[in-house]
Amino acid sequence: MSTLKGNRLWKIITSPSRMMLTVAAIIILISLIRQFTGVDDITSPGATGATIRFTIPILMAGLGGLWAERSGVINIGLEGMMILGTWFGAWFGFLYGPWVGIFAGAVGGAIAGLLHAFLTVRVGIDQAVSGLAINLLGAGTARFLSGVFFIGKGGDVNISPQVSSTGSFTVPGLSPLLTTLAHKHILVISDIAGVSAGLVTKINWASLVMFLALPITAWILWKTRFGLRMRFCGENPVAAESLGVNVYRTRFIAMAVSGALAGLGGAYISIVSTGNYLEGQTAGRGYIGLAAVIFGNWTPVGVLGGSVLFGLTDALRVRQSTSVHALLLVVIVLAGVYGLTKLRKKDWKGFITGILIAVLVLAYYMINKTVPDEFVTFFPNLTTILVLAFLSQRLRPPAMAGAPYRKGEEG
Amino acid sequence: MKKLNKLFWALAAPVAAILFTLIFVSIILLFKGANPLSTFQLIATYGSQSDNIVAELNQTVAYYLAGVAAAIGFKMLLFNIGIDGQYRLAIFMAAVVGGATHLPSYLEVPLIILTGMVVGALWASISGYLKVKRNISEVISNIMLNTIASGLIIYLLQPSRLGLKGKSSDNLSTPLIPSSGSLPTFHIFGGELYSFGLVAIAVGILYWIVLNKSVFGFNLRATGMSFRAARASGVNAPRMVFITMALSGGIAGLTGMGELLCNTHTYSLAFPTGYALTGLALALLGRSNPIGIAIAAFFWSFLEQAAPALDLEGVPKEIVMMMQGTIILATVTAYEVVKRITRRQQQRLVGAADAPRVEVGQKGDK
Repeated sequence: MSTLKGNRLWKIITSPSRMMLTVAAIIILISLIRQFTGVDDITSPGATGATIRFTIPILMAGLGGLWAERSGVINIGLEGMMILGTWFGAWFGFLYGPWVGIFAGAVGGAIAGLLHAFLTVRVGIDQAVSGLAINLLGAGTARFLSGVFFIGKGGDVNISPQVSSTGSFTVPGLSPLLTTLAHKHILVISDIAGVSAGLVTKINWASLVMFLALPITAWILWKTRFGLRMRFCGENPVAAESLGVNVYRTRFIAMAVSGALAGLGGAYISIVSTGNYLEGQTAGRGYIGLAAVIFGNWTPVGVLGGSVLFGLTDALRVRQSTSVHALLLVVIVLAGVYGLTKLRKKDWKGFITGILIAVLVLAYYMINKTVPDEFVTFFPNLTTILVLAFLSQRLRPPAMAGAPYRKGEEG
Repeated sequence: MKKLNKLFWALAAPVAAILFTLIFVSIILLFKGANPLSTFQLIATYGSQSDNIVAELNQTVAYYLAGVAAAIGFKMLLFNIGIDGQYRLAIFMAAVVGGATHLPSYLEVPLIILTGMVVGALWASISGYLKVKRNISEVISNIMLNTIASGLIIYLLQPSRLGLKGKSSDNLSTPLIPSSGSLPTFHIFGGELYSFGLVAIAVGILYWIVLNKSVFGFNLRATGMSFRAARASGVNAPRMVFITMALSGGIAGLTGMGELLCNTHTYSLAFPTGYALTGLALALLGRSNPIGIAIAAFFWSFLEQAAPALDLEGVPKEIVMMMQGTIILATVTAYEVVKRITRRQQQRLVGAADAPRVEVGQKGDK
């Protein structure tokens, strides 16, 4: 009975109308802050474009993590799979054009994903050990292959030759209209126009194609028979097996897709973001993808939310550090609102925590002019720790993700 | 005979793993057109040069401590991937405290070491707390904490805060620890052997005694084997998990201390990362046994010290990184396979003892 009630509550919270309201509230809040601080870059078309470029790789890694964990395998090797994606993407992109490169990146990631599946599902070794070793192997392999292939072809041991662009498109008519509207600095309207302008101006085709992975993932996982079985494997593999689901095969497929998605994210970084492979250019985005999965509570839309948040902070840090400082006001307001809602429920601990965070951040905001770059770098990681620490009761990971499973053995 | 059989299976896994790795590397070497045998010979001679031996021993000490830190976690089925963040934050804070105090040597050195251990333990206890109170995987929280630790160190290392600008380059470092805060080195083989190695030996002995000969160690191992059974027999299992994590972090705080006290006397970003994976790999290779870890640690640092020799053969020395990843995977896989084989052997023995002595039973044995 209680689970039924919980489900209904969850549905109301995540219902479309409620979500629209939340989004609207955040837009109004941000536009007020922009008006108040004069930091116009937050909602400018340029910032939105940059956010998309930073979000897509995190989103791809996050969706990869989602596939893996929903099937019951924790994929810590996302980072290594992304690295392979950057390398294969750049090399085959250089040889045969960017779209072949993107495909090759997916294949490179999928190979690592299948290795992870073989080791954890078939052999049965610890998923964390395998994932971390794959990260090491991915980095080492990319380094080794760079030394073998890039030298003499216009690259070096840590840099690949340039890959041609995938091309971009701008929606005619709409884009200039929204851009002019954005420059008028009208409260709320200009902000919405600015963000929308960013969404229709100079959008890379690769961004659009990769973004499609989100609705496709949501559709497969929640609307198809395979998706149901896959989530079943993550929740209770023993029961799934007894009802005729081939758990091993399902997890192998899920891991191949997971690796391919991470590889796509890597290929996006090397082909679209920089135009060539640079050693270490993934910079821990695989782990941030993992963080986005947790932040998004193991749902596709949640993963998107986490990716956009982490991508936005990344983009603002690169563009203008005062923007991140202004975003502190959002944190202050949210923490304050959180504290006040707790007051209504007479939850004193929650109230004090919320208000304390709001006051502390406010004090920091008043004293300092900027947020140090180092803090922005680990913002996703810190957010994840805080979400895990304070909202862990609300989180609902797949019940058996990470647990070892052998066919024919109970538990 | 039974004992021999047991020993064979205990050694089979690491030997198989190393063999597999050697074959793997040989294939890569052949692919690059180098002769594997002569390359291995080169590695062996380069690695056993006297001055390299000293460097290897010093590196072994650091790896050994990381391995022990990981092994403590393993006893509790904890996967302390946070050793990296714990050790770097610990050494950084120890260097800061050491650089800011001027005490006589018998106080200064213990103060620095203790600071490192406490900071490492505190940083590790964050993930321990999250594990016990919020049921959060220590792997995830530690991965996040590693990045946070790196960011914090870079932030605090700025000249306007706790750091100094280096003289020659723009490499940032902490203020120099006074000479009263350093440990002596031994002149052997034309190198400088850190006396801090003695501390590592003490840690190894202590690790073995506490784990195998004390009530605390018994409770720890019992909780690691079965959380529920330990709890049922009166062990405060969540507390044991928390303490183990903190203990692992405390030992992790000693990693790199030899370098700090005997060589650099200052913390800079030159202190390497990646000790967590190395430590975990060594604990796996050495089966969490203090002597096993020591042998594995020496083997590991021998390989790394000899890696530059690969460059002479035209092989990128980065394949050492691939080798390490392969060793980890091969070891774990080999242990898993060996575990299954020995279990099947045991089951067969039990089955043979239990089965009624008729034809049908023997047939089923096949």
